Amino acid sequence: MKNITVTELKEKAKELRKTALTMIYTAQSGHPGGSLSAADLMAALYFKEMNIDAKDPKWEDRDRFVLSKGHVAPIQYSALALNGFFPYDTIYTLRQYGSILQGHPDMKKTPGIDISTGSLGQGFSAGVGMAIAAKMDRKSYRTFVLVGDGECQEGQIWEAAETAAKYKLDNLVVFVDDNGLQCDGACADIMPTLDLEKKFAAFGFETIRIDGHKMESIVAALDSIRGSRNELPKCIILDTVKGKGVSFMEDVAGWHGKAPNKEQYEQAIREIDGGLN
Amino acid sequence: MEQMKQMKKATREAFGDEILELGRVNKNICVIDADIGNSCKTGPFSTELPRQHFNVGIAEQNACGIAAGLATTGKIPFVSTYAVFGSLRMCEQIRQTVCYPYLNVKIACSHGGLTPANDGASHQSIEDMGVLRTIPNMTVVMGADYNSTRKLVKQAAEIYGPVYLRFTRDAIPVIYGEDEEFEIGKAKQLSEGTDIAIIANGDTVYLAIEATKILKAEGYSVKLYDMHTIKPLDKDAVLASLKTGKVITVEDHNILNGLGSAVSEVVAEEGGAIVRRIGVQDQFGQSAPYEKLLELNGITIENIVETAKNLIGKKN
Repeated sequence: MKNITVTELKEKAKELRKTALTMIYTAQSGHPGGSLSAADLMAALYFKEMNIDAKDPKWEDRDRFVLSKGHVAPIQYSALALNGFFPYDTIYTLRQYGSILQGHPDMKKTPGIDISTGSLGQGFSAGVGMAIAAKMDRKSYRTFVLVGDGECQEGQIWEAAETAAKYKLDNLVVFVDDNGLQCDGACADIMPTLDLEKKFAAFGFETIRIDGHKMESIVAALDSIRGSRNELPKCIILDTVKGKGVSFMEDVAGWHGKAPNKEQYEQAIREIDGGLN
Repeated sequence: MEQMKQMKKATREAFGDEILELGRVNKNICVIDADIGNSCKTGPFSTELPRQHFNVGIAEQNACGIAAGLATTGKIPFVSTYAVFGSLRMCEQIRQTVCYPYLNVKIACSHGGLTPANDGASHQSIEDMGVLRTIPNMTVVMGADYNSTRKLVKQAAEIYGPVYLRFTRDAIPVIYGEDEEFEIGKAKQLSEGTDIAIIANGDTVYLAIEATKILKAEGYSVKLYDMHTIKPLDKDAVLASLKTGKVITVEDHNILNGLGSAVSEVVAEEGGAIVRRIGVQDQFGQSAPYEKLLELNGITIENIVETAKNLIGKKN
């Protein structure tokens, strides 16, 4: 864990949002909506909570991060770039031929990616495997997994969840980016995810729901579970807004996987700099 | 070879015995079971090495992902289930989370081919090797008997990367001595000949050996290979087979996309031979004795002999 204030983390979140949008704008391809909804959590994880080392991305004792909702790779790439895992200018190569920044996370190409993802529902299982390995090796690193609310429609999510409970993985934290929208529209219409808090609790998780855009709440939630040895895996459900921070993207399913044009991009950067709330 | 031919053992037993020995020596070896550990012969492993064993229940897709996660930390996980689930049920998980990131995960499956005979078509696995063969970075292996399977399991643990291992549910003849060596990716030549080449794998190698004996007794010169690895395919062995001008493949797998297809791909590109594929005739099985199912598909000593004779009589 690093020492950083909530005010500083909020600034980092802005940097992440701008970097992610810049990548997507440059590539004219990518997923802005879910990148923005996850930005505040990613700031808290990558600039405060996680024990990672940009100079030694494969450090054995590092905390692991699994972006199970792999399509929001730009927000993770932003966090890695701003932490010095690769030169910042690499962001301009997103989705281009030969780039280390693939459309979805690729552990073989990008320093700091712990598992390749992109096919929904699968990353969580890999995260459970990493947490089991930590228990086997009596190591103290933790594994953080970010899943989408739509992604929770995948049955494999629940297979992984019950396994985490069985093996008493108190070193595992799953975050649900509960932004209410998926590719085709509202989750409530496509396939209601029902009460995710109750569902994860029923699957044996210590579960809390917080405002996923309030840095104070994110930090407090992470503080409250750090060092827990109660044998319960953790689930933090983040109430979020898809496209958060850019007025015309907020809560619009159409911005799930679409790049902004020049005017939209410039307006988005202005709004993020101005601190739209 | 001769004196051992009466002894029969299922190759899933070979997996169970070998994985226990491997796990005792190397604490990074893990087994991920999906509720059918006893049937897959991992029971002794789970009892003796509980810290290296995880039973995730009836959830194969998750089993694959957990194995991938373990592999990222240096473990050598073997996912153990039935072939039909270990290939098709978790196919995309294998592709996305094991083969694409090139992780050191082994998929070790009992009940290959028609060997789960009485269980019926739902449990028979006739597409597995073909499907997994098409995924980049995957190695696909099936030993022909207990002794070769043990050696191949050991080697799968020693080489880095994804490997699919397929075992028989039913007992099949032990054809190799305990000290015989095997190399993944290198066919085992069992007979040298010039009239025709027979390339078999898995539980059909025994049938091919018997057919070869008959053909030889009738004066034919037969080249015979045990092609235990269909990917990477031993191209040199196939090229050597082409020199006879006639090639028969034999497999307990659909004739589409398995050993017969793999060999035919080389033949199509290199030319110089006619190929006949003996195997499951692109049809589902049913509950029946194993031998009956083989017979329904022409996977018999008699059919290998007859096919060989017809082919030898044919102008190239």
